[in-house]
Amino acid sequence: MNEVVLECKNLTKAFNTHSNGSGIRNFFVRKKKMFALKNISFSVRKGEIFGIIGPNGSGKSTLVRIIVNLLIPDSGYCMVKGMDVQKNEIEVRRLMNRVSVEASFFKKLSVMENLLYIGRLYNMKSDETRKRVEEIMKKLVFPVTYLEESVENLSRGMQQKVAVARAFMTQPELLLLDEPTTGLDPVSKRHVQEFIVYVRKRFETTILLCSHDMAEVEKICDRVAIIMKGEFVKVDTPERLKILVRGVENPTMEDVFIQLTGREWEKEVN
Amino acid sequence: MDIASEVRASYAFVARNFNLVKRYLSWEVVFIVFTLVNVLTIGFIGVATGDKRMVLYLVIGALVWRFLSVIFHEVSESIQWERWEGTIEYTFMAPIRRTMMLFGTVIYAVLYGTINTGITLIVALLFFDLTLSGANILTGLLVLIISSFSFIGLGILAAILPLMSTERGSQAAHIIQAIVLLVSGVYYPISVLPEWIRPLSVLSPATYTLRMMRDALLNGRSIGEMWFDILILGIVGFALIPLAIFFFNLAERHAKKLGKLKRSG
Repeated sequence: MNEVVLECKNLTKAFNTHSNGSGIRNFFVRKKKMFALKNISFSVRKGEIFGIIGPNGSGKSTLVRIIVNLLIPDSGYCMVKGMDVQKNEIEVRRLMNRVSVEASFFKKLSVMENLLYIGRLYNMKSDETRKRVEEIMKKLVFPVTYLEESVENLSRGMQQKVAVARAFMTQPELLLLDEPTTGLDPVSKRHVQEFIVYVRKRFETTILLCSHDMAEVEKICDRVAIIMKGEFVKVDTPERLKILVRGVENPTMEDVFIQLTGREWEKEVN
Repeated sequence: MDIASEVRASYAFVARNFNLVKRYLSWEVVFIVFTLVNVLTIGFIGVATGDKRMVLYLVIGALVWRFLSVIFHEVSESIQWERWEGTIEYTFMAPIRRTMMLFGTVIYAVLYGTINTGITLIVALLFFDLTLSGANILTGLLVLIISSFSFIGLGILAAILPLMSTERGSQAAHIIQAIVLLVSGVYYPISVLPEWIRPLSVLSPATYTLRMMRDALLNGRSIGEMWFDILILGIVGFALIPLAIFFFNLAERHAKKLGKLKRSG
């Protein structure tokens, strides 16, 4: 675990909103800058699972979008295996993939048609895609009989498993998981979590996991960053973070969050 | 990825779009029936005049417009479609250059337009006595191929609009298409347009396409007789495509700065 795969330095991103908060353009309403990220710096080593926890709107998805170069930061930079994500975008894109909270597929197309499309974009042959998809689906406990089914006919949990397969089949060295288990039933959630751990062990994939799920982060992440209003409050291993909690016997990651941010987790998430 | 691999990767867009056609087959049938009825209706207006040349004049207009507008529509709607499905971020994250992504979309658009227009042509030939004895079909085909480049360029330019704004972008692309239809002399000579609209006809590549197509198919004019116009049309097309890709890349960068690539963006 020595090689740095992902390095982000001084990332700052602000969006213009309108001071009335409506988001509607109005000549007479003054524009206001809303900071989504403020001076974020961190690095993730090869084979590490790095967790980021924070409530909605804390900047997790903005950070992931910057890493995959779907969003350009106002300042700072991201490097993947020593390559700048903006300057070497084609090379870097081949090294990483992402699962987001929205499964995002061509709904009328079958699961396999969707995956073949992505496979072709990554220059994978159809046979190779089918083989990898079947292997991954087996691990995710996804019935292969559903591979020819339209995505729109699948449950949310099954769609999310397809999204996980889409990201893993390209064999990325860096995987960005943005709330991959949100909205899944407990069984599906466990399948996805076990698969993440398996992939790290089997391929030494470097994983960035953004989540709301404190237990999930505690269970599978090597290090965790707590993000609030676009800033990292603390970065450390789950064990060391829990040591910081005072006055609670057997503290959980939720206690860590409350201790470090002075806020209650449930209220922040909802 | 080398160029050969990227060309192969661009096939992803051709395969995906034909898969979508297959999945939305009932809608495809609706569109083709609508197109056929539209072309036949226009053809019968020509029949009503009792002038055979008028029938051919109108059918050429309808078919050429069908072909070029399908290309424009498919290219310009490619971004919009991904916006609606929410897949745009995954497509844009893939290791394929934007030029090759657009190349794949264009190849599909030309194939789809050819099949679509071909079906319409066959039906039109069944309904109307279209005399092509004096027509120079080779010149007509060349004009059509060269004109496609201009419409591909225009389509890419129009595809920029949904990058900037999800709904308004698509609306603007439809308005552009409608204005090109109005000013290009698809069903009538541009001389019937009010003076103040005519400058727009000069700007539309379809104006030159239709004029040359009619010269080739109605008057039998050869490539040699129209070489200068064909050359100009070719230069416009070949210049428009790189220019459109350049602006597309600028627009993508702008969208990335403002965070507009998001599904809800």
